[in-house]
Order: sequence, then structure tokens, then C-alpha cells
Amino acid sequence: MTAISTRPAPDESMTPVQAAPAAEPFVAARAGRSPRYGAKPARATSLVILIVVGAVFLLPIAAMAIFSFRSNQGGYTVGHYLDVFNPALEYTYDGLFVGIQNSLGLCVITVAIILVLLLPVMILTELRYPKLRRVLEFVCLLPITIPTVVLVVGFIPVYSLLSQLLGSDAWTLGFAIGVIALPYAYRPIAVNLAGVDVVTLTEAARSLGAGWLSVLWRVVIPNLRRGILAACFITIAVVLGEYTIASFLSRTTFQTALVLIQHTDPYVAVIFSLIALLLAFVLLLAIGRLGSIRPRSKD
Amino acid sequence: MTALASNRGAGVTPRRRGARSGTGWIGLIPFSVYAILFLGIPAVLAIASGFFTSGGTFTISNFSAFGDPVILKDLVGSLGLSAASAILGAVVGALVCYAMLGMNPDGWLRTIVDSAASVLAQFGGVMLAFAFIATIGNQGLLIVILNQVFGPGTFSSPIYTVPGLTLVYLYFEIPLMVLTFMPALEALKPAWGEAVATLGGSRWTYWRKVGFPILAPAFFGCMILLFANSFSSFATAAALISQGGIWPLDIQRALTSETVVGHENEAGVIALGMIVVMVVLMSAYGVLQRRAARWER
Repeated sequence: MTAISTRPAPDESMTPVQAAPAAEPFVAARAGRSPRYGAKPARATSLVILIVVGAVFLLPIAAMAIFSFRSNQGGYTVGHYLDVFNPALEYTYDGLFVGIQNSLGLCVITVAIILVLLLPVMILTELRYPKLRRVLEFVCLLPITIPTVVLVVGFIPVYSLLSQLLGSDAWTLGFAIGVIALPYAYRPIAVNLAGVDVVTLTEAARSLGAGWLSVLWRVVIPNLRRGILAACFITIAVVLGEYTIASFLSRTTFQTALVLIQHTDPYVAVIFSLIALLLAFVLLLAIGRLGSIRPRSKD
Repeated sequence: MTALASNRGAGVTPRRRGARSGTGWIGLIPFSVYAILFLGIPAVLAIASGFFTSGGTFTISNFSAFGDPVILKDLVGSLGLSAASAILGAVVGALVCYAMLGMNPDGWLRTIVDSAASVLAQFGGVMLAFAFIATIGNQGLLIVILNQVFGPGTFSSPIYTVPGLTLVYLYFEIPLMVLTFMPALEALKPAWGEAVATLGGSRWTYWRKVGFPILAPAFFGCMILLFANSFSSFATAAALISQGGIWPLDIQRALTSETVVGHENEAGVIALGMIVVMVVLMSAYGVLQRRAARWER
């Protein structure tokens, strides 16, 4: 409520126009002979920063890759990779494959929780119940205030009850991991919501005769697509990297399986870490491309 | 699903403006139930455990743990590690965000950085530990190469100590900063830059008078988020450090070593201590958020 009243009034009619074609100003800048102004950095500055930071970040990944080819006898070998496909060793890696499967299922469930439970409530709060915004933010940031190791102590009794209702399959972990993902999913959507005046946009669309579904699907969600995408990205990353809950609740997920196999075969653990990093990266890359292509084809 | 459906329901009916008395509140129910079941109840159970003996009797004697010099030393370790990784992570992360602003927001480079950042931001834990053991562990690639150049034993691995963990933590703190700070930087309106240029201001003027002041609340808000992330992160530390040194490891030790008499509910007590620290941080975050929101509309 206060945020709306303190908002500078004059550009109210401008806001929806500015908010809709997000890509416009950047096209102008790319063509630019004109002197730079505003926040945009020089291209050389950008490249130097990105290359230096990128190189430092690639180093540990490269070191993992080199390690995975290291032979026990010194020198290098592809033997560790062949081990994975060796039928004689299949039993050794069985747990790992179960863990991977469980973790992928958990990704779907957790993203669904964010999209079906969190996102509608955030939009509804912004549009209809702005007084509840602080409450929602408090709830969503609470899992940061309560570290996972602590929350797990409370999850243990909750899950002993839950497993009587739903069984003790790994997918039930999705509810707990969804809570851990809340703050990270909430942040990008909230920042996006704060940057787009959805109230004015919605009022404009409604006054033009759009129904709520149309407002939601064609006005609100397209304006929030970067926030929503970032929320999904980060949720998937949270699920794939989640170790604490699974290990304390004794479920087999990718991370707990990695720790187990690391004791018997560190090379295979590193190989699968690498593959998982690459797979997650490619997956998120695909989602990211989809996100930036979709609105363009709509124009 | 229910939430969406009720939104629809509220919309089909009247065209009244600002109908507060509608059925929209039904849309709040599913999330509320979820939050109570999987956040409220576990949180209360976890904190409450600090106030009880293992037999279930109410007590405050568990709080004598805060007099333990080891616990106090580990608190300092935790705070130092979190502060160092949050400050460095926020500065470097903000620089990366700034650099990204020069890239086409729909371009491939932008997508690659976004994707890589989200993969790394929450890849704390085991895989991160593997990566750093392979790089600067005792037999790590970089350590081996450096010792070949400068003679054996010149460099030893830094990652098995608490200060050395800062390096490892930066590997997920910087990407997290990129992910959380980028939207705020993108919310800077081009019109503000145009206005400064029109009035004859330089780019430095723009940053000094417009950019920095407007971004400051979001920047420090994100930094606090990074601090919180380091402070409560434990899997990475657990994989690299065996002798404790930060509070999350103390909690793990207290939770797993149930055989030590008198320490059963120490985890709940340290947890409560952590929450006190976090509540202070989050209050500051709330204030900064309100300031940031003022300009992002």
C-alpha cells in the first residue's frame, strides 16, 4: 500500500508502454554510434570482466575433467569411463542410477510446487492483497533464516508421519526440498514484480476488457517471464545439489549416492559430477533459449 | 491448480473494480497449508528441541552450550567465513552483472552465463567439494603444478581450513549474486540515463547520483542473502573439514553423536543461536528491500 502511494506519479501512463517491449532499448544500443549513457558498460570492459571471471570458474571444472582421466598407476587412461558401462561392475553403480532417477523426479515435483503454489500466491498478493506482501515475503525467506540442518530435525518427525500416508518413496522429499527452494525462487520473481507495475498493467488490461485469465496469461506472466525462469533455474539447481535433507532422512538421491560411491570409486564420482554439471547446464541452457525465443515469435 | 482456478472464478463474475470481498482469498489457501505443514511445523519442532531434555522435560540448561569456548570460537569462524564470502561474492558478482548489462539480454552469451550461474549457485555440497579437491586439494592440479614450478612443498592445500573455505564458498556465492542482483540492475530505466545525459551529466555523474544510490539497497540486500547462504551452508564444509570449526558442523556433530551424554539437544540450542543471528540479518534485509522497491516501480 505504502509502496504504491510513494511511487512517483507522473509516468503512470508510460509504465505499461515501457514494460511491454523489453528488448527495444538494447537493439538501439547495439546499433549505436551515439555516445554511451546510463548504466551500459563498454564492450571491452564487459569482455575483460567476463573472460577473467569465466576462466577462474572453468578451472575447477577442468581440474575435475583431468582427474577423471588419471590412472591409478600414473599417466592417463579412459578406463574410468569404460568402467561405468562395464556389465561386471553394474552392481556397483546401481545405487547411483537409482539416485539420479529419484533426483530428476524431484526436480519436476519441486518446480511444480513453485509454479502451482508459490507463483499464483505471489501474483494474487500483488494484485489483490498488497497488505499481505510482507507476510508472504517473511514466509518465503524463513527457510533462509532456518538453516537446512536445523529444519531437518523438524522434518524427521513430520516425515515419519507422512510416510504412513504416502509411503517412504524418494519423491516425497519434494515437499521438503520445495521449502528449501522457496527463498531462491521467491527472490527473482519478487524483484521482477517490483520492477513491473503489474497493478497498472492489470488495470489497463481489465479496462480494455480482458478477463482475469487473459490478464494473467497474456499480461502478467509475460512481464514476469525472466523472474519465473530464474526461479525455475534456481529451483532445479537446488534439487540437484540437495544433500542435507536426503542424507538425514536416509533417502537415495543423486548427491547421497555420489557420496557413497566416492568411497569406493572417486573417479566415477567425479565423472558423474561432471556429467551432472554438464547435463544441468545444457538443460538450463535449453530452457533459457526457449524463454528468450517465445516472446519474439509472438510479436 | 486450485489457486489458478479460483483466480479464474473471481474474474468471470463481476467487473467491479477493486472488489476486495471476492473469493480471491481461496487462492491463498493451498500455499498456506503447504507452508504450515512443511515449514511452520518442522521449524517449531526443530527450535523447540533445544528447550527439552532427551527425556522430554522442559529445561533451559541446554543453553550452557553458549559458554563453551569451542562453540564461541566456531561462531567467530562462521561469521568470518560468511562475511568474507558474502562481501567478495557480492562485489565480484555485481561486476559480472555490470558486464552482462553490455550484452544482448536475449543473446547466447547471456543465456550461457545465466545457466552456468544457476547450476553453480546451488551446487554447494558434494560436487563442489570434489571440484576443489581436484583443483587445490592436496593432490590437486593447481597445487601439483605450482609445486613443480616452485619446488616441492612450497604450496599446501588451503581448502581444509575454515578461512580457506572462503575460496570454495565463492564458487557458489558469486553465481548466486549474479542471479539475484541481475534483475535489480536490469530495472534501471534507460530513461534515467537519457535524463542525466540530456542534462549534461557524465557517465560517472550517472553512477554517482543515480546508479549507485538506487542500486545500493538491492546490492546490500543481495549481500545479506549471500551471507545467510554461507552461514547456513554445511554440506561443502562437511565434505572438506573433519574437525569442526563452524556452527553448522557443530549442529551436525550434535545431531549424529547421540551417544555423548548431555549433548543430545545441543543442536537445537546452536540452531536457536543461528536463528537469532539470521533474524538480525533478515530485519536489515527487509529494510533494504523496502528502500529498493521504492525505485524499482
